[in-house]
Amino acid sequence: MEITWIAVLGTSVIAFALKYFGHSVPKKYLSHPRILKINSLVPIALLSALVGVQTFTNKSALVIDQRMAGVGVAVIALILKAPFPLVVISAAATSAALFYLQ
Amino acid sequence: MSRVNRATAAQSLSVSFTVGAYGVAFGAAGVAAGFTIWQTCLLSLLTFSGASQFAVVGVLGSGGSALSAIATASLLGVRNALYGLRMAPVLNVRGVKRAIAAQVTIDESTGVSLSQEPQGIHAMRQGFWLTGIGVYVFWNIFTLAGALGAQAMGNPSAWGLDAAVPAAFLGLLWPRLIKNSDRILAVSALFLALALTPFVPAGVPIISTAALAVAFGIRANLWR
Repeated sequence: MEITWIAVLGTSVIAFALKYFGHSVPKKYLSHPRILKINSLVPIALLSALVGVQTFTNKSALVIDQRMAGVGVAVIALILKAPFPLVVISAAATSAALFYLQ
Repeated sequence: MSRVNRATAAQSLSVSFTVGAYGVAFGAAGVAAGFTIWQTCLLSLLTFSGASQFAVVGVLGSGGSALSAIATASLLGVRNALYGLRMAPVLNVRGVKRAIAAQVTIDESTGVSLSQEPQGIHAMRQGFWLTGIGVYVFWNIFTLAGALGAQAMGNPSAWGLDAAVPAAFLGLLWPRLIKNSDRILAVSALFLALALTPFVPAGVPIISTAALAVAFGIRANLWR
């Protein structure tokens, strides 16, 4: 089989297995208050890490570029309690404008 | 499913479109890396996890083996298992519905669902399903568009999508960060992931922060 097909199918099978596994862990293992607490904190940590990686990295390098300005404007919009679409659009507009100026 | 909360629906749609539009970049990257249009679209339909998909085409495109492509992509997919742990008790579904829920368990559907927590479990469920299915639809349409005519759209940075996606995740997290301990966890996780990025394979920096969440959870005062 061609290498690309092996990669496509292998990745897809494992991706689904991982997702399904998470949904299939019996509830009894997740009912302890301490486990519930940890289970609610894990996505907060992962999504925060994701924001950092998507804003400040390129492959394995740390970089500062137009994305930081875009996300910075989003932070200001959030502090000013702007509605969600405005937060996203202001970030995109800032980043795109700086991209053209570069 | 009961009445759809308008605020939940609006947030789901914004996220679905912003993230889905990034599918253009994936479609283009897939074809550029030597995948056929059909293979590129299958990755979006079956794998349906943006970071994993970019890893597959990136590794193979730069001459890596199928095994290293699969390993890297799978590492990036581990966090979806952790999201599944969190979402399963919220959704409480079985059989085919659980399989569908699993397939659309990604950063976005989990993020929107969590952001709806103050509105109750129905809003959490609606946020999960609307966003999961919304991103699925847009991501696949835009993947096809990107694979067919990447040049027309060009670089996603030119459209600001590179900042729009992290801004969207930040927007989802923001209302959840009320407690000081949660804010400290969020900032620590961000810095830990950045500190690890130069030294470990892609995917590891993000899932490593689960250890921080465990540490915070063990130390947390549950009765406050």
